Amino acid sequence: MKLALATESDTAWELPYAGKVGMWGVIAAESAIFVIFIVAYAFYIGKSTSGPTTAILHTPIFLTVCLLSSSATMELALRGLRRGDTRAFSAWWFVTLGLAATFLGGTLLEWRHLIVDEGLTIHTNLFGTTYYSLVGLHAFHVLVGLTLMAVVAAFIIRRRVTRDHTPKLEVISLYWHFVDVVWVAVFTLVYVVGR
Amino acid sequence: MTLTMQPPPQTWTERLHSWVTTVDHKRIGIMYVLYALTFLVVGGVEAALMRLQLLFPHAEFVSPHAFNQLFTMHGTTMIFFVAMPMMFGFVNYLMPLMIGARDMAFPRLNAFSFWLTVFGGLLLYYSLIGGYGLYGDGTAPEVGWWAYAPLTEKAFTRGHSSDYWTLSLLVSGFGSIVTSINVIATVFSMRCRGMKLGKMPLFAWLSATMSVLAILAIAPLTAAQMMLMVDRYLGGHFFDTQAGGSAVLWMHFFWIFGHPEVYVLIIPSFAFISEIVPVFSRKTMFGYPIMVAASVMIAFVSMSVWAHHMFTVGMTASANSFFVITTMAVAIPTGIKIFNWLATMWGGKIRFNAPMLFCIGFLAQFLLAGLTGVMLASAPMTWHLGNSYFVVAHFHYVILGGIIMAVFAAFYYWYPKVVGRIYSERLAKWHFWLFVIGFHVCFDLMHIPGLLGMPRRIYTYEPGRGWEIWNFLVGIGAAIQGVAILVFVWNLIRSARRGAAAGSDPWDAWTLEWATSSPPPAYNFATPPVVKSRRPLWDLKHPEDPDWRYE
Repeated sequence: MKLALATESDTAWELPYAGKVGMWGVIAAESAIFVIFIVAYAFYIGKSTSGPTTAILHTPIFLTVCLLSSSATMELALRGLRRGDTRAFSAWWFVTLGLAATFLGGTLLEWRHLIVDEGLTIHTNLFGTTYYSLVGLHAFHVLVGLTLMAVVAAFIIRRRVTRDHTPKLEVISLYWHFVDVVWVAVFTLVYVVGR
Repeated sequence: MTLTMQPPPQTWTERLHSWVTTVDHKRIGIMYVLYALTFLVVGGVEAALMRLQLLFPHAEFVSPHAFNQLFTMHGTTMIFFVAMPMMFGFVNYLMPLMIGARDMAFPRLNAFSFWLTVFGGLLLYYSLIGGYGLYGDGTAPEVGWWAYAPLTEKAFTRGHSSDYWTLSLLVSGFGSIVTSINVIATVFSMRCRGMKLGKMPLFAWLSATMSVLAILAIAPLTAAQMMLMVDRYLGGHFFDTQAGGSAVLWMHFFWIFGHPEVYVLIIPSFAFISEIVPVFSRKTMFGYPIMVAASVMIAFVSMSVWAHHMFTVGMTASANSFFVITTMAVAIPTGIKIFNWLATMWGGKIRFNAPMLFCIGFLAQFLLAGLTGVMLASAPMTWHLGNSYFVVAHFHYVILGGIIMAVFAAFYYWYPKVVGRIYSERLAKWHFWLFVIGFHVCFDLMHIPGLLGMPRRIYTYEPGRGWEIWNFLVGIGAAIQGVAILVFVWNLIRSARRGAAAGSDPWDAWTLEWATSSPPPAYNFATPPVVKSRRPLWDLKHPEDPDWRYE
């Protein structure tokens, strides 16, 4: 059966890039997961029956600055790529990678301090359970982002990334901006409101 | 245009290999449906065993222990491994065809989510073997399908049965989330030329709506399962009441999933009805934009009704009032839909084939189920009826009277397309009448012991409370439905060999899947179609009076 019903309608037919729509779906699902963890954290503030409290936390201002600025540097990298300026793109991409790695390393040191010096583990009390789960869930997302960036970095080193790859890298950057936005919520709850 | 066809597989291992490694949305859809049918039989046997036990007071057919396992496994199986894969199967098979696409947006991801679902189902049933653990604490999970805390904590379930339950739902939940993302990306990025959002078949609209809702419902459940795993494996305290954890928090998290889940299942049912009723009434769908708006509204409102499952827990008066009002508000868009289907049938030239019979059954029974839903939406009513057989009767009325009826309608409607042969109309009518009679004997009467005060989940009961006759009749109704299901399965198997050839368009229908051969080729469309209206095949068949002149 012939299906060309409207050959005269040769108007432009543009649909959104599937990768981007898919990533918005991922963001919707992840947001719902984070909401549940955030609600659990907020619900249990001050309800621990024993052990350390939020007083032992140090506000990670430097790490927050690193993570938030990494969103900006990733945007700069993509702008470079859209212009076809691969040098600017690679430079900013590696800066972003470094900022993300700094954030993750900082979290590692923070946790080491909490576990070794303060004796707070996920098993200690409700604060420990909710804190490590929420911050850990976010840190896991940073790790995923870092892995994605490292894969791209490997292609950059082999000089395989061109302007044609912009839509794909935009999907990664969408994810990365989401991880940053989640950190704003987590930071506000855990280090500002929750103390 | 030349098409390179693969040579047909030779041996059965090659054929098996081609199915296991397939990324074709149609094959994945078929596998989803077969998988769901298999578990339908498993879950059905579990239901039959429970009804046998409740047939007479003080029966000792199964132990109390086994009874707890049966209702846990029955609920978990039917929702996660029958209803959900069934719906995703139909959406997978039909939606890309209807929007004129050659496959889903992410075919390999599609196969990945199917196999996750399979793995999840196997994990749940592996608990029968592995659940014993080192403690001899039972095999299958016995915490109920909503697994209220702190029953699932290490202190109360020492073996591995709860581990299998939570892992199984976590794994299949990821599968469902990923499929939903895939469906949304397909609807928004893969439509054929000319198919604007307002020209999509309602099926595609409702698939997308269901997928958004599935993402927003299943993700919280996934989060709650992660917390439960932190509790069980890392010694966390999320739901550990001895360390200050809250059992009520788990209830909230579970029902934030649990209630929208019902709509995840009913919205594709609406999609089936919205495709079948117009074709068998020989009219266009009445009020297409209103149907879309009502579906989206149902999805939206359903996100804020969950705590009507918790009226008996003891919430504040304002919280109760909020959830009463939101729950009752669901009746408004649902009522709009029912009136639209009736208006579509009104004055139409109705053909009473099996798909249409099931649609009409759906309309009547779903309405009745909705009415007891409005009763239970009222908090004071739930204080009396909560946790009784009235509630069990209500939600089985929705699921069997509504969702399953729509699924049967969809089976008969699309069977000729998928298999290429016509089912036996005579067997289908037997199936319809047996099922409807069995359904009403079973679930109309089940409301009565609930009103008389019979709690759900009890493994037996005292004689002399007036419950005996009702439980006996409910058991008879269940058996009649069992026979109906056997007739249905027999019809599917027999007609695949003996049915008359269907041709590409046996119903004289209007959506794009009927433009392909039956079964459709792997690539769906040799040339991507171009459409101008909501009924592209009508335009093709009636060039003198095409739809796009009026839309």
